[in-house]
Amino acid sequence: MRVRSTKNPKKETLVALYKQMKTFRVFEEKIAELYTKGHIGGFCHLYIGQEAVVSGITHNMMQQDSCITSYRDHSHMLAFGASMESVMAELCGRETGCSKGKGGSMHMYKRDRNFFGGNGIVGAQVSLGTGLAFAHKYKKDNGVSVVYFGDGAANQGQVYESFNMASLWELPVVYVLEDNKYAMGTSVARSTLDGSLEKRGEPFYMKTIISDGMDIIDVLEKSKEAIDYSRSESKPVLLCVNTYRYRGHSMSDPATYRTKDEVSEMKKLDPVDCLYNILVDDYGVQDSDLHEIEKDIVSQVSEAENIVLSASEPDVGSLMQDIYSF
Amino acid sequence: MTQKITVRDALRDAMKEEMLRDETVFLMGEEVAEYNGAYKVSRGLFDQFGRDRVIDTPITEHGFAGIGVGAAMLGLRPIVEFMTFNFAMQAIDQIINSAAKTFYMSGGTINCPIVFRGPNGAPGKVAAQHSQCYASWYAHCPGLYVVAPYDAYESKALLKSAIRNNNPVIFLEHEMLYGKKFDMPDEDDLLLPLDKARIMRSGKDITICTFSVSVGYTLDAAEILAREYGIECEVINLISLRPLDKATIVESIKKTGRVLTVEEGWAVCGIGSEISAIAVEEAFDYLDAEPSRLACADVPMPYASNLEKLALPNSAKIVEIVKKLCNKK
Repeated sequence: MRVRSTKNPKKETLVALYKQMKTFRVFEEKIAELYTKGHIGGFCHLYIGQEAVVSGITHNMMQQDSCITSYRDHSHMLAFGASMESVMAELCGRETGCSKGKGGSMHMYKRDRNFFGGNGIVGAQVSLGTGLAFAHKYKKDNGVSVVYFGDGAANQGQVYESFNMASLWELPVVYVLEDNKYAMGTSVARSTLDGSLEKRGEPFYMKTIISDGMDIIDVLEKSKEAIDYSRSESKPVLLCVNTYRYRGHSMSDPATYRTKDEVSEMKKLDPVDCLYNILVDDYGVQDSDLHEIEKDIVSQVSEAENIVLSASEPDVGSLMQDIYSF
Repeated sequence: MTQKITVRDALRDAMKEEMLRDETVFLMGEEVAEYNGAYKVSRGLFDQFGRDRVIDTPITEHGFAGIGVGAAMLGLRPIVEFMTFNFAMQAIDQIINSAAKTFYMSGGTINCPIVFRGPNGAPGKVAAQHSQCYASWYAHCPGLYVVAPYDAYESKALLKSAIRNNNPVIFLEHEMLYGKKFDMPDEDDLLLPLDKARIMRSGKDITICTFSVSVGYTLDAAEILAREYGIECEVINLISLRPLDKATIVESIKKTGRVLTVEEGWAVCGIGSEISAIAVEEAFDYLDAEPSRLACADVPMPYASNLEKLALPNSAKIVEIVKKLCNKK
């Protein structure tokens, strides 16, 4: 059993999170399969290995909060309540897709849950997310903006332009720096002098919290601390989450820049498997119950696949629609 | 009743009226608050609305443009002032990739009601990095409205419409016009459509399409041409550069059979190039002469007065080209 705080989450919470993380995993494995079969094209960035991060953080968000992330966004969509079918249909370029087939993998949004995508320009979402925080403060709606970016984006200039203004204007924003160790094929060691991304908030006097992104319980605890602080103090927080992606940067990346041993070592810390073990070992959940959950997810994913693959492509008349809002 | 008012004050009045009307409207940019605007366009707004709604930013165009776009996505109506559009180059990714494209990429679920405004073009003797017209850069991109007012009335009515629009609007002002006084109708709630051109002078011999500061010296040239050469120019103030008011442009060209474009930007892939293409595509059989473009010389703007004058369009150049196109000696 891992070292944890004394305030362990409730069994029901963890079972629900297991179900959610397992859903992300099974869903994205299906996405990889559909990509390989040619149903999905272009860029397709999978979140496999990082599931605990978005699961844990989203669990601590409130209705009025907002969120934005990079192009690795499928699991975020599911976390904010999008149906598997709408996300899968978008990936397959169908009219029933969440963006009507106009956005694809990198451009998915859930407006009714204040999830603003889905951004293809590395680092741009950090300024946009700071703007969401600005709007929360302006409207005095007690909301917090949760902004995800990776170790690669951490070297973009606008990230620090945003940090500066967020600190100066005391904006309620949690910057989630998801360090998955590689910006495409460039390791953190090759892109920064000393690799210590957790120091990036210091020049802006930003509270910094470090979390183990492979451990859902740690993510739950640390993100709660970050979000609560940001909300109550109206200040930015840097939440540095150490995580790892098992797949390449995108489906077209064979990831030859790292060894197989490295990947298999990281897989021993798998966040979904670890939560499985915690539930069985520490919470007395039956293996059979968890297997039942998995079976149910597999059948839901398969059902979504059947529906999506028989769905139509967008109507040709939609090409020139949705350019301007009236 | 009309009164004389500067373009500068007309812009300020537009922002003031819209901020009074809608609490979600706010102004942000470098020196817009305590300094009252680098060109004094926002004079008085900080005192009236306070620091929550008139916000000085650090010198960080990329960052604050992105913050504006994010705030707009969550329901606010930001006016982002660039000290000049030259500096907006630092922010152009947020303007195009975030503001202009998100509504489409999201299948029409996330809109971005934001105005990016500031002076554009050549204000005189400030050299290449501060003297460029960006009209064609922005006009190229679907998802944006791009407008360039000329007089005080247009400035006020268009800015008010731009603030109320549900899309990103590029609002191109001109430093040389800020201090110019024009008649302003004494009416409440002046508004103008963002997509309509204005015919400033009717004529039968040639259509001249232009915008922003160039409208002034084009009207001067039209006066000279009428008086001294008997050539009647129809002067179209384009106002909207995206979308172009094709109907007005094409109808005029069909009437006159000739078209000249005048702009401060470079000719290559410029607004004039687009209008020339429209003339050829949609009024080919009506043309009595080749479409012609008067634009900035194809160089970065020089500093020295004589060279700068040589590079930019002016009345005398317009007169010469029109005479040639109309076969007058």
